[in-house]
Amino acid sequence: MDPKLYSNSLGYSGAGGQNAGSPLAPGMVIDRFELVEKLHVGGMAHLWKVVEVNHQGDSRLQLIMKVPRIKGGEDPATIVGFEVEQMIMPMLSGRHVPKFIAKGDFTRQPYIVMERIEGVSLRPRLDEAPLAIDEVIEIGSRVATALHELHRQHLVHLDVKPSNIMFRADGTAVLVDFGLSRHDHLPDLLDEEFTLPMGTGPYMSPEQVQFVRNDPRSDLFALGVMLYHFTTGERPFGQPESVRGLRRRLYVDPVPPRTLRPDCPPWLQEVILHCLEVKPERRYQTAAQLALDLQDPSQVALTRRAEKLQRSGAIKTFKRWFFALGAEPGQERAQVTEQLDRSPIIMAAVDIDHATTELLQQLRETVRRIVLTEPGARLACISVMKIARIGMDDLVDADGRSRHVKQLVALKHWARPISKALSLEEGRLTFHVLEAPDVAAAIIEFAQRNHADHIVMGARGASTLRRLLGSVSSQVVAQSDCTVTVVRAAGPTEDSRPAAVAAAAASAGRPADATVDRP
Amino acid sequence: MKTALLADLHANREAVEAVLDHARTQGAQRWVLLGDFVGYGADPAWVVDQVRELVRQGALVVMGNHDQAVVRGAAPHMRPDARYVVEWTRAQLDAAQLDFLASLPMTQRHGDQLYVHANAWAPAGWDYIQSRLEAVRSLHATECRYTFCGHMHEPKLYNLSSTGKAGDFVPTPGVAIPLPPHRQWLVIPGSAGQPRDGNPAACYAMFDESDSSLTFHRVPYDHDSAGAKILDAKLPQRLASRLEDGH
Repeated sequence: MDPKLYSNSLGYSGAGGQNAGSPLAPGMVIDRFELVEKLHVGGMAHLWKVVEVNHQGDSRLQLIMKVPRIKGGEDPATIVGFEVEQMIMPMLSGRHVPKFIAKGDFTRQPYIVMERIEGVSLRPRLDEAPLAIDEVIEIGSRVATALHELHRQHLVHLDVKPSNIMFRADGTAVLVDFGLSRHDHLPDLLDEEFTLPMGTGPYMSPEQVQFVRNDPRSDLFALGVMLYHFTTGERPFGQPESVRGLRRRLYVDPVPPRTLRPDCPPWLQEVILHCLEVKPERRYQTAAQLALDLQDPSQVALTRRAEKLQRSGAIKTFKRWFFALGAEPGQERAQVTEQLDRSPIIMAAVDIDHATTELLQQLRETVRRIVLTEPGARLACISVMKIARIGMDDLVDADGRSRHVKQLVALKHWARPISKALSLEEGRLTFHVLEAPDVAAAIIEFAQRNHADHIVMGARGASTLRRLLGSVSSQVVAQSDCTVTVVRAAGPTEDSRPAAVAAAAASAGRPADATVDRP
Repeated sequence: MKTALLADLHANREAVEAVLDHARTQGAQRWVLLGDFVGYGADPAWVVDQVRELVRQGALVVMGNHDQAVVRGAAPHMRPDARYVVEWTRAQLDAAQLDFLASLPMTQRHGDQLYVHANAWAPAGWDYIQSRLEAVRSLHATECRYTFCGHMHEPKLYNLSSTGKAGDFVPTPGVAIPLPPHRQWLVIPGSAGQPRDGNPAACYAMFDESDSSLTFHRVPYDHDSAGAKILDAKLPQRLASRLEDGH
């Protein structure tokens, strides 16, 4: 098991009464839960399969009870970690965490009852590393999606590692064990309790080593460590067991993955080393941005990271060591979601073939303004090639390919003034040509899959065309989960606007553009 | 059982009305009023009458330093404008209202909850809880699990573990925070009548005994009217402008 680093100099006398009376045994009933069998004995907690007595609700949900292992009431790490988990789990929801059911406090019997996720964690796969590149990408993309969802819920996990990741039957990644996590809306009980860095040695981010506990990008570092390990079979920073050993990652960079595994594609090395940057501001800024790259490798902007074949030389390392000595990060109390707000994914849906020049210009100007306001924003430009429902084969032929390339070229040309004006660096601008029979559905799906925060698109100009074909933008406005801005070229107002857009325009008080905001 | 806790109402009728309305819609069944009903604002008589009415309905109240000052006369160390407000306030209250303020206790207890205006180690000394240091001192001075106090106008939540480690936290409004009973907690709901953390919305907190959870709330109110009344009453102009900017 990975070593956890904690201060252990503190006696904890305050959990009086825990585990009092007889030890837990099958058949016992705690509150409304009957213990069935012990499933797992861990260093910090035991897991019991339980059933709810006289249960009224959804009986398909399998339940487990997590009970902390408290050794003689002298173990603050276990107690506070469990307390933290008891506070945090009820705040979380969705498919990427086990559903919280109930808790029992330390004055009687401490426990957490939650949904049981079938199967085993990712931990055994570590022993099989290196894994196939495709599987590494798949794991990375699923875990990044789960992390983004947790970050949106104001949580930094701070202990991302294979043994804390499970998968549902449909492949959804589930994060477990929130004993080291931090939630923006709750007091951080761990912050004050311990005098050593908290986390799991191999995965801990440099800022965690320096006691920063509120940066969601710490989780991306840990995910980078995992992806490195799965790709190469090696740990990028070994398995240090002292604070001094942990601090080495502030100045010694890992051996580039391609040196250990020649068939690792340069783009994957780029992604992994991007996650492992020492300074959080040089990493991916959100898990969604990482997921976007993993789902479309052709759009990963390759930098020197991709080409590196050896670690930095002694002089560079010494310099970094020297600067790492004094550079303790400032403790600004930013919120987790602020980091996400600063780094949105903006998606520009451009109808290259049909939109008028004026509309394309107006759309570009609107997109430029939005991207300009957020220096951390990423811009994904997409264009949809409408294809017939049947006869999809057309597209794999030469003609289909050339149409695809043409669209891509046109899309890049459209975005050129934006990329020049903003000098967008490091893959902040990507291009995607989608092929789909239903344009609106393709836009909505792409936005969902890539966690887009804001869709900007043009309205169909000619009212005749709109009457015949229906409005793509109104369907996107009605059905997508994110904010949508519909751009119109300046000109005479038409009466036949799609209802949803017109209503949005009216409420926004702006006749030309319409924006619908969603949380 | 949900208890609404209000502190530092400071004769601000508009703020108090807004908070009481909000707390009722949130299901408040008990009321705790943590002192400083008067001072600064232009409606001391209305606020004192409102507090008396809530006491008739079972509310628990404690005395604040401004209440004491109005009863006894300004303390020698008070700044001139504070002294002026104390004298003005005293003139606004009738004998019954002053008697009520004079009768307020320094602390109240309810189960394992302690209510006090300033701190638990010397309630009549009016020392402030400005950091973890004073919070720990106050928590050490009581056996109660939960201490609720005012005096500081910014909402804050302190906790003390049995190993003696203290933490502090600036709450997010509207989020229920579990306060597990094996720690000690010190809750400062923030000022209803004169918020000072840069947000002009009135503060209060709601404690739900059924699951020991605490929610800090912020309630926007008509601070323009409250400020206009302060100016009309010829009270120091600063007392009006700070309601608008929340400092």
